[in-house]
Amino acid sequence: MVPVIELAKVRKTFGSVIALDGVSFDVYPGEVHCLLGDNGAGKSTLIKVLSGVHQPTQGTIRIDGQDVQFKSPRDAYKAGVATVFQDLAMLPLMSITRNFFLGREPTKGRGIFRRFDAKFADVVTRKEMVRIGIDIRDPGQAVGTLSGGERQGLAIARATYFGAKVLILDEPTSALGVHQASMVLKYIDQARKNGIGVVFITHNINHAYPIGDRFTLLNRGTSHGTFKKAEISREEILRVMAGGEDLDALMEQLPGVEA
Amino acid sequence: MSEASAESSKAIRIEKKGAGSDASRLAKQSWFSHVMHRPESGAVSGLVFVYVFFVLFANGSGMFSAEGLMNIFKVSAELGILAVSVSLLMIAGEFDLSIGSMVALAGLIIGVGVAKLGLSLPVAVMIAFVFSLLIGAFNGYLVVRTKLPSFIVSLATMFILRGVAVAATRMLTGKTQISYVVNELNQNSWVVSLFSGHLFTGLFQTLAEHGVIDMRPDGLPAVQGIPMSILWWLAISALATWMLLRTRLGNWIFATGGDLNAARNMGVPVDKVRILLFMFSAVSATLFATIQVLESGSADTLRGIQKEFEAIIAAVIGGSLLTGGYGSAIGSMFGALIFGTVQIGMFYTGIDTDWFKVFLGVMVLLAVLFNDYIRKMATSSR
Repeated sequence: MVPVIELAKVRKTFGSVIALDGVSFDVYPGEVHCLLGDNGAGKSTLIKVLSGVHQPTQGTIRIDGQDVQFKSPRDAYKAGVATVFQDLAMLPLMSITRNFFLGREPTKGRGIFRRFDAKFADVVTRKEMVRIGIDIRDPGQAVGTLSGGERQGLAIARATYFGAKVLILDEPTSALGVHQASMVLKYIDQARKNGIGVVFITHNINHAYPIGDRFTLLNRGTSHGTFKKAEISREEILRVMAGGEDLDALMEQLPGVEA
Repeated sequence: MSEASAESSKAIRIEKKGAGSDASRLAKQSWFSHVMHRPESGAVSGLVFVYVFFVLFANGSGMFSAEGLMNIFKVSAELGILAVSVSLLMIAGEFDLSIGSMVALAGLIIGVGVAKLGLSLPVAVMIAFVFSLLIGAFNGYLVVRTKLPSFIVSLATMFILRGVAVAATRMLTGKTQISYVVNELNQNSWVVSLFSGHLFTGLFQTLAEHGVIDMRPDGLPAVQGIPMSILWWLAISALATWMLLRTRLGNWIFATGGDLNAARNMGVPVDKVRILLFMFSAVSATLFATIQVLESGSADTLRGIQKEFEAIIAAVIGGSLLTGGYGSAIGSMFGALIFGTVQIGMFYTGIDTDWFKVFLGVMVLLAVLFNDYIRKMATSSR
């Protein structure tokens, strides 16, 4: 099987700062690939390269095995790479339907009578939300009435509906409570079942480990390797993320602490 | 740990179902709360209050005669034409303080064109409209390009346009007032009937002859017909409402004002939307000016002063948020109607009209507080 998106030995520098150094990363269809790393590890830079915001200084990006160059997020989007950033690009005062179709509104009629096809949009929105596991009461209600987890679900459903092959989720659970976060994990699982390759960025191993198929650990701009779930334990991931021996030393000083 | 959390979340969900399943929540929502969630609800209740007040205190004063009502509608219509475009701009998160000056300038272009340059009335009106499109585009371009708040940018153009209007008029004509813009030569022009004519004049004549409405001593009805300004107001408001609620552009306007970056990230052409709306506000100012000039027959550099604020007041009363992203075009109609009713009503009740501005200020405060409350309701779970 060919990875739906692949970064090969990508290097990205900002002036003299090396943000990414020879990082390779790939996602297969129907897989959740977790990208783990502490603050400043290069997670943000990596997803910005994946989503076309930044262009790699060296290295290549491949979509379905073909070399591509993303000049803008729009290029990436057209290639089927959808990124859900932390702000979600949601408008709380607008309805669920209007948010769902924002910028890609279905229309009917011609010329000056070309208008927003509200009925079709409502039907699709409700159907897509149910498909991901959210039973909305009224697609006309404001997005502000949804919980944080449901908004993530809406963003995922939206990206899926508009033909995403790769879904990049930037810290989708970080601002959420326990119950909301587990709902988001359920939505991610649903997207995976629909055959989408999911890149799940987080620094919370408790969210990543149950859902992830593979894990890539980033530290200071370099990759510490990609591991299948069977190959690595939760504790091992945490140890690498935190900087290895530093954490071990800390553990010895703080008796009674478990990772 | 994950098994445990899944277990507990299941338990929680069952509890929620018991408290109120989805179907029963839908049923519980009354039409009243649905109506109250609309951005216009504040303006409509304000309008009801205003009419109850004047029916109690001004009944029999002639305020509710055909003539009085037509006066109310005329004042409301003229402000309403401005308020519609201002409310669209506010929904998109922008202000245009230059429309008052645009009113003066557009009127003077028509006046100078006809009285000084000898242009025909249709040509002069056309030039005014083309010019306003350019001014609007310039305003919009400045805002999107400089990324400065439109409040500041349009404050600058407000002074620039007013200054140009006064200086150029005085330079060309030596005066600040131009009379006889509509004269014997052009008073039968189609432009005059289009902007300042009356509809249903025959019907109103018949009504007057049968004593339904008052007749003047000269045998003409007290109300000649429905002024074109009212028709323009209704047409432009209906168009704006349709556009806002039923077209892609409408969706983009809400999104632009709701969150500029989010809208841009979703592929909404936010710059184009804003430039277009600034053009629309300049055009509606010119429409207002044309109606005024053709009705009064003269142009004046003092026209349109404070109209930008009055239009913002009408839009705010109509439910548009100062922060953008929420509001209604039809609400601005109700806002303008409250404005016109109180202004004319005060005259009929004999309240010193100096108090009008006090009333306006209080209305604005109440409207802003109410809008804030409505917004909270709209984003709270229903």
